Amino acid sequence: MGIWNNRINYVYRISNGDFALSLFYRARRAAILLLAVGSLAACATSDQRQAQPDGVFDPYEAQNRRIHAFNRGLDRAVVRPAAVGYSTVLPDEIEDSISHFAKNLGEPSVVVNSLLQGDARGAGISTVRFLTNSVLGIFGLFDVASDFQIPQHDTDFGETLYVWGVGEGAYVELPLLGPSTARNTTGKVVDLFTNPLSYMVDSPEQYYGTVAAAASGLSRRGRFSDTVDSILYESADSYAQARLIWLQNRRFELGDTGSAAEIDPFALDTEGF
Amino acid sequence: MMMYRRHFIAAATSAATVLPALPAFALTEASAERLINSLVGDINGVIASGKGESAMFRDFERIFAKYSDTSYIAAYAMGVDGRSASNGQKRAFSKAFQGYISRKYGRRFREFIGGRLEVKGVRKVKNWFEVETTAFLRGESPFAVTFHVSDRSGRDLFFNMFIEGVNLLLTERTEIGALIDRNGGNIDAMISDLGKLG
Repeated sequence: MGIWNNRINYVYRISNGDFALSLFYRARRAAILLLAVGSLAACATSDQRQAQPDGVFDPYEAQNRRIHAFNRGLDRAVVRPAAVGYSTVLPDEIEDSISHFAKNLGEPSVVVNSLLQGDARGAGISTVRFLTNSVLGIFGLFDVASDFQIPQHDTDFGETLYVWGVGEGAYVELPLLGPSTARNTTGKVVDLFTNPLSYMVDSPEQYYGTVAAAASGLSRRGRFSDTVDSILYESADSYAQARLIWLQNRRFELGDTGSAAEIDPFALDTEGF
Repeated sequence: MMMYRRHFIAAATSAATVLPALPAFALTEASAERLINSLVGDINGVIASGKGESAMFRDFERIFAKYSDTSYIAAYAMGVDGRSASNGQKRAFSKAFQGYISRKYGRRFREFIGGRLEVKGVRKVKNWFEVETTAFLRGESPFAVTFHVSDRSGRDLFFNMFIEGVNLLLTERTEIGALIDRNGGNIDAMISDLGKLG
């Protein structure tokens, strides 16, 4: 989990995202499978990304921009003030504990996805983390595993699809959830089902994790406020900036950087600059 | 036998004394790494100085000018619009762009207070070198910052930087492109906007 990861991937997306995730969980018994099938079909078009000079394949740009304007308005009016307030009021230690708790509850889903990717090492790491933090870290409130030098490991069904060879698909900006791709969106939907814990725990305890995840998103939005603000409110075209930064960071996480990362320094005329 | 060994020793010693004296026009892994180490040292120095914000931005602008291939980065950021720009516009743009970059990234470096960058490794990619570093910031997991170094200009300079995969050149080209669009293609208006941004 690095800087952008924390800032863009989570902050921007989850600024609006985790908050909305709770709504999402509630609605998951609805016709979600239909959506999954629909967006998986959209992934097939991913090779068109290669055809674009900047590596951005965005056929739904007009619609995405409308959603972006909505997300930005929501961030300005609701999420940002709430996040800044949350981050200011709560001591950092408590914020951290809530975030650790949320992350720990997500760990079984990481194990499942690691196994689906054939990543035994990752599954092992996450299992050990989950057991260590659940027991020694008191239900995951403390990240004892990191103190023991157990490395971080994170993955999701979007990555599983990547490992399985599914194409990235079109760029989409989701209402509340922010930047995504067709493949990533499918992953998000499927991940509502990949956490074994959600089948073992009854409500209302089931929602503890959701509420903690929402709080954890707010915490990141608040803490990395400067970076997120600079993208959302200070750039000349916040939609294009968020799209580019998100796509680059997501591909970096997946190890799918391709040729976009290779810019030949000798192939440009710099005369006069 | 003795002869050979003496020759060998003589050759080795003369190589050792002559090589460091050569001008650094051949970019090597070692020189690319040296550049980034020195850059990291300067950045850490500014952070540790505890100066005020505007003094720090001026320092970052100097660092940016010293270590990076500013004309390349500016030309890349301007993209195809650079072709229609006059030489005066290009110069004015380069100048405004340097200030803008220093303010924008200088503000980010503030988060580096109490943190550090460590060079992890160097590898050759086509005709440039990739220097991988890890940033350790307080209260955050370590993350990757990568520099691309070339001797295109005759000096070893970095021409691109990636923070967790996010590419400075592409990001700034997108931003400058948007700024040109917002000004209806007017390059002078874009340059004057740039002076206020970052």
